[in-house]
Amino acid sequence: MKGAGSMFGIVTWMAFGYGLVWGGLWMILSSMLLMLVSGFVLVPPVGMAALAGAVGAMVLLFADPAKRGRKATLMVAAANILSLLVLTMAQPFALPLEEGVLIQFVTLLLWAGLTTVSLLLCFDGYAAGAAKRYLIEVLIIRLLKGLALVLFTVFVALPFYVMVMTSLKSQQKLLANPLDFSIDFGQGFAPLFRSYIELFTQFHFGTFLLNSAIVSVITVVLTLAFAVPGAYAVARLRFPGQAFLSRSILLIYMVPAIVLVVPLYAVFSQLGLRNSLFGLLVVYPATTIPVALYMLQGYFRGLPSELEEAGLMDGLNRVQVIMKITLPLALPALASVSLYVFMIAWNEFLFAFMFLDNLDMFTLSRGVVSLNSSEVPRQHLMAGAVVATVPVLAIFLWFEKYLVSGLTAGSVKG
Amino acid sequence: MSSDTQHQAPSANSLTSGPPRNVGALARRERSLAYTMLLPTFFIVLSIVIIPLAANFWISFKSVELGDLRAARPMINEQLRPKPKTDGQEVILRYRIRNSSKKEALGDLVFTDLIPEGLVIDTAGSVCAQQDQTLSCEIGDLEGGKRLDLKLPVTVQQAYLDKGVRARTSKPVSSYVTTNVLTSFDFTTANFTKVFSGEEFWNVLRVSLYYTIFGTLGALVLGLFAAQILHTAFRGRAVLRGLFLFPYVAPVIAVAFAWVLLLDAGPGGTFNAMLQRMGAVDAPINFLGQKYIEMSFLGLSFNFPMALTTVIIFESWRYFPLSFLFILARMQSISTDMYEAAEMDGATPFQQFWYLSLPQLLGILSVLFLLRFIWTFNKFDDIFLLTGGAAGTRTLTVDVYEQAFAVSNLGAGAAVAVVVFFILLTFALIFFKFSPQDDG
Repeated sequence: MKGAGSMFGIVTWMAFGYGLVWGGLWMILSSMLLMLVSGFVLVPPVGMAALAGAVGAMVLLFADPAKRGRKATLMVAAANILSLLVLTMAQPFALPLEEGVLIQFVTLLLWAGLTTVSLLLCFDGYAAGAAKRYLIEVLIIRLLKGLALVLFTVFVALPFYVMVMTSLKSQQKLLANPLDFSIDFGQGFAPLFRSYIELFTQFHFGTFLLNSAIVSVITVVLTLAFAVPGAYAVARLRFPGQAFLSRSILLIYMVPAIVLVVPLYAVFSQLGLRNSLFGLLVVYPATTIPVALYMLQGYFRGLPSELEEAGLMDGLNRVQVIMKITLPLALPALASVSLYVFMIAWNEFLFAFMFLDNLDMFTLSRGVVSLNSSEVPRQHLMAGAVVATVPVLAIFLWFEKYLVSGLTAGSVKG
Repeated sequence: MSSDTQHQAPSANSLTSGPPRNVGALARRERSLAYTMLLPTFFIVLSIVIIPLAANFWISFKSVELGDLRAARPMINEQLRPKPKTDGQEVILRYRIRNSSKKEALGDLVFTDLIPEGLVIDTAGSVCAQQDQTLSCEIGDLEGGKRLDLKLPVTVQQAYLDKGVRARTSKPVSSYVTTNVLTSFDFTTANFTKVFSGEEFWNVLRVSLYYTIFGTLGALVLGLFAAQILHTAFRGRAVLRGLFLFPYVAPVIAVAFAWVLLLDAGPGGTFNAMLQRMGAVDAPINFLGQKYIEMSFLGLSFNFPMALTTVIIFESWRYFPLSFLFILARMQSISTDMYEAAEMDGATPFQQFWYLSLPQLLGILSVLFLLRFIWTFNKFDDIFLLTGGAAGTRTLTVDVYEQAFAVSNLGAGAAVAVVVFFILLTFALIFFKFSPQDDG
């Protein structure tokens, strides 16, 4: 046991500070959540919550690090809750307690739980008193990582959350209280998903969805049909200009779409290709082939060439070798390239926006832009955004493993 | 196959006197196979990327407006007045001809039309001639925007009234010569003078550079942080990694509009409402619509570029997943031995990061910087959807769109696009000269 003098070393002061940070941060976030879920109007008592967090941190620090079990955790949480209640005079969210007792209580528990867990994780193995530089840096890194984790998650998820929730709310309710994202499940299925139903019945979103799917799938097929032989040639066959080609492929990809759009618009207008899905099916593969070729040739190079040579020795010709040996081995790369090209084609905006004029030709990107007018209510716009996002996200999550490995294995793109 | 056997002998000969110097049959076959496999790709990339790039240069030296793309053609309107009612009635067959283009002339215009039975043209005049039921008129040249009226006196016979075939049912068929604006050889440098003369251009260029530099750095730094926090294993890491990739995978229209609604300054804007409720601001901030916001810091007041900062934050938000992915992959391939050794030597975590991790990551960071820099410079949709280039966020790429399609001056748009291309080319050359050779 250390002496009383060392009780007020650097770790103690840091614990006080960490308590302030976590208590305050979790108060902001949990009252944001409370507002978004319940629709209450409130000013979170951040300062008081910070102090309450610091009290909890002190309690934690004076429990023996080796014996911190459930009891210590409960004590810290209790210290958090009690001190917050005392400091805010029993109004932890600056709301009268009668208003939604249950949801306030749950939020209070959530706040205390998150603050306690954050502090426990930060000070795991630390007791009050002084510490070496190494240990202090570990402590600092724990705080930074924790903070970054929380803030990143909120930063990334908030726009998606707002997107989904807005699509389920009516315009009047949103204007009355823009923070009220509580979902009224009591109203039944049809009113809740009204904007989605209207998109498909009145705004032709079924056609857009079909167009997007057709364009994306055909783009994937065409891209692979061009890129697989090309990539194989660049990776495996020797010919003059091979090095130059493999280097210049990526350069093609650097040409900005906006530079291509003016001449393509002019020429496609005169050829009558502009207002058609066929026009898109010419442009999309041309822009995706270089990157697909680059990704695939990287993968082909990594395959052992002995297998192919064995095939050649056994009397297969090149095309048979590609079909029977190389492609089955390259299946993961093919999957990731397909997924990636699908993503590009599905999300493409500029050419769809410039080329398509007729409603029955619209892809989803073009269709959602057409919802962006003052005559269409917001929830329709956001429902359209959700309809455009869900398929590509679902496919991505399904095949995430392939995409991640394929993107990072010998290839790059933005 | 026969050529193969013929060339067997020389290659066998060369085997005895050192390595073969001439190209053997096998090598030649491999070469032609490679070219066959690459030809389709070469063709499509040439026609959709290289040729349009050249066409862009071509258009930039022309005075072309969006309306000129509709090639000049004659619009011919046929009328029979008054309406024939009785046999032997004298009526007027009238052709009104208009040049659809305001600028381009139509040359050698000739049109023919089928005259229904029972209509007899009294005098065909000097321009037109009738042969059987076919009327053909030689108009000659028709200047841009000009109209022409042809009136022919006609006698109606009973056959016309009986048959009921109207004069308008047969459409006049015309032949003419026209010059296409795009393929003509009139060049002008007016587009470039217009682009470079205005104060506007230098502003746009500056905004473009700010956006590119800070957007790139933002995405890289966020990616580095995200990779740091997800490097060590913990429960829920896989879920978070999936979540962190969402901004990159979701369609740009969806996330851009979500941000627009989130940051809306009017009633119903979630973020502003939140800030106001929490007492952080008094009045809603127009994040995407306000060019400058006055700020005072340590007694100094300055104009903070609000909208530009917001689009830069959006750009960082949307593209950090890419750098995150690559940095994480690189970090996980660094062997742990080094860290263990450093740990033994008493290196603190920050020292380990600074002296061990960062040098290892330098290669991938510089490659990412290079690529992201160029791609951010190229970016159009993000800013276009968020602000439309208003409030001091007009970058060069948005300017191309504005000039070509909003102001409908294709030539000026192409001129800006040429500038974009040359700036990019400069960047690319600089980067490839100084980038490390052994990049991942």
